[in-house]
Amino acid sequence: MASISYLVARLLQIIPTFLLVMVFIFLLVRMLPGDPAIAMAEAKATDAQVEQIRHNLGLDQPLPVQFVIFVKNTLTGDLGRSIMLKAPVTEVILDRLPTTIFLALYSVVLAIVLAGPLAFLAASRVNTTTDVVIRSVFQIGLSMPVFYIGLVLLTVLAAQLRWFPVGGYGKNFLDNLHHLILPALSVALYTSAIILRNLRASLIEVLDADYVQFARAKGLSTRIIMTRHVLRNALVSTVTLLGLSIGNLMSGTLVTETVFAIPGVGRLMLEAIFARDYPLIQGLTLTFAVLVSVVFLLTDIVQSMLDPRLRKA
Amino acid sequence: MSVVTQIQPHRPGRFRVFIGRAFSRPSFVIGFTIIVMSIALALFPQIFAPYDPLAFDMTAIQQAPSLAHPFGTDNFGRDVLSRVIWAYRVDMQMALFATIFALTIGVTVGAFVGYYGGIADTIFGRCVDAIITFPFLVLVIAIVAVLGPGLVNMYIAITIVNWVYYARLTRAEIMTQKANDYAAAGRVLGYSDRRIIFRHLLPNAMSPIIVYWMTDMALAILLGSSLGYLGLGAQPPAAEWGVLISEGRNFLLTAWWMSLMPGLAIVLTGLGFSLLGDALADLLRPKGR
Repeated sequence: MASISYLVARLLQIIPTFLLVMVFIFLLVRMLPGDPAIAMAEAKATDAQVEQIRHNLGLDQPLPVQFVIFVKNTLTGDLGRSIMLKAPVTEVILDRLPTTIFLALYSVVLAIVLAGPLAFLAASRVNTTTDVVIRSVFQIGLSMPVFYIGLVLLTVLAAQLRWFPVGGYGKNFLDNLHHLILPALSVALYTSAIILRNLRASLIEVLDADYVQFARAKGLSTRIIMTRHVLRNALVSTVTLLGLSIGNLMSGTLVTETVFAIPGVGRLMLEAIFARDYPLIQGLTLTFAVLVSVVFLLTDIVQSMLDPRLRKA
Repeated sequence: MSVVTQIQPHRPGRFRVFIGRAFSRPSFVIGFTIIVMSIALALFPQIFAPYDPLAFDMTAIQQAPSLAHPFGTDNFGRDVLSRVIWAYRVDMQMALFATIFALTIGVTVGAFVGYYGGIADTIFGRCVDAIITFPFLVLVIAIVAVLGPGLVNMYIAITIVNWVYYARLTRAEIMTQKANDYAAAGRVLGYSDRRIIFRHLLPNAMSPIIVYWMTDMALAILLGSSLGYLGLGAQPPAAEWGVLISEGRNFLLTAWWMSLMPGLAIVLTGLGFSLLGDALADLLRPKGR
C-alpha cells in the first residue's frame, strides 16, 4: 500500500516539472528572430501555407493562449510537420527512436559488464598496483570525448583491423549487436568510468561496514556475503548513478550516431539543426526530455525497491 | 611570491602549509604541471609551435608522424603539432568562458536562494528539475540552433544550462553554513544580509564549488570540442581541437594522424583538470585535516 501511494506521489511530481519543460521548449522557438510561422514553414511555402501554420500555432493570439494550444497539440501527439522530411514530426521520431534506445541500452549493458568486475577487483585490493592501474585507465577514459573514442575505435578496429563494420545499422537483432558494438562501446567507456569510480567507492565502504564484518564473524561464505550483503547495498548508489547519467548517455548517443552514421534520433537532431527544421528540433528536444524523465522515474522506483527506507520520503 | 612572504613573514601560514601538502600529492603535481603547461601554450603558442600553423607546404602533404613533424602533416602540408599548439588558445579559452559566467551567476543565485529560502527557493527547485530533465548536450545544441553556431553563442548556450549546477551546489552549501553559530553571530551583530552572505557564508562554502569548477573545466573542453567537431562551436578555419579532428575525419584511412593526434591534447588537458579537481577535493575535505 505504501509503495502505491509513493508511486502516485512520484508521478504527480512530474506534472509541474513537465509544464516548465514545455514552457522552455515553447519559448525556445519564439526566441528565434523574426516570425516563428515563417521559421516553421518550408522555404517555398506559399502565403496561404504560412497563414495555415500561423493559425495552427495560434500565433494571431496572445502568448498564454499560444502556450495552451502548444500543450494541447503536444498532448494529442501533434508536433507539426518536419520541413526537411515532409512528414509528421511524431511519425519521423517514432520511426528513429528504437535505434537510439537500442544503442543506449546496449551501451549500458557493456558499461556494466566492463565496470562491474573491475570495480570488484579494485575494491578488494585497495591501493595495490592493480587498483591504481584500473583507476588510472578509467580516469583517462573520463577525459576522452565520446566522439574521439568513437574515431579511435573506428580507425583501429574497423578501418585497420576490419573486425567490425564502419557504420550503419543491422537488419535483425544479432546483426544489430554486431553493427552497433563500436558505437555502443564508445558511449560505454565513458559511462563505465563513472560507474567504476562510484561502485569502487561504495564497495570499499560496504566491505568495511559492521554488518559485513559481522557476517564474516558468523562464518558465512564469501559468496553469500558478496551477493546478499555487499552487492545489494552497493547497487543502490550505482542504480541511482546510472539513472542520473541518462542525460549523459543520451548526449553520448547523439554524438556517436553522428560519428558512425547510425539513423537514430541523435543524428536526426543534428540534421534538423543544419536544415533549420524547427518543428523537428522542437519535437526532438521534447522527446529527449520525455526519455530522461521516464528514466528518472524508473530509477526512483527501482531505488525504492532496493532500499525500502526511501519509500517513506 | 614576494607578496605571500611579505604578508606572512614569521609563521608558516595556512597557505604555505596547504601548498606543501598539495605538492606532496602526485595527482596534484601532475595535474598542476599539465595545466600550467597548457596555459603557457595558450598564451605563447608562437614560442612553442615549430612551424607556422597556417603555412601550406605542398611538398609535405599528409606525411606520417616523423621527427620533423611529430604529429604529421595535413592535406595542405600544414604541421599538425603546430596547429594543435595554436588551438590551445581557443580551447583553454573555452574552459574558462564556458564555466566562469555559469559559476558567477550560479553562485550568486544559489547563495541568495539558499539564504532566504521560501517561495524563491521553490521556484528555483522547479527550474532546476526542468533543466536537468534535458540531456545537457541536447539542450545546449537546441539553444545553439536558435542562436546560430559559433563560439560566443556556444558560451551563451552553455551558460544558460550550466549555471543551474553551480546554483544547486551553492544553495546546498549555504544552507549548511547558515545553520552555524558564526552566521547567527553575524545577525546578532546587526550585519546586513548581503554582508553575511558574501563575507561570511560564501568564503566557507567555496571549497566544493572550486573543486566542481575544476572538473567542470574538463567537461567544458570535452563539450566545446564535441560541438566544434559537430560544426556547432568554433568555426573553421579557426584552430580548435574538435574542428581539427573533424577536418581529418575524411582522411581516417589515409592519414589517421590528422584526426587522432589533436585528440591527445583534449585527453591530456581534460586529465589535467580532473586530476587537479580530484586532488583539491581530497585536500579541501575537512575530514582529512
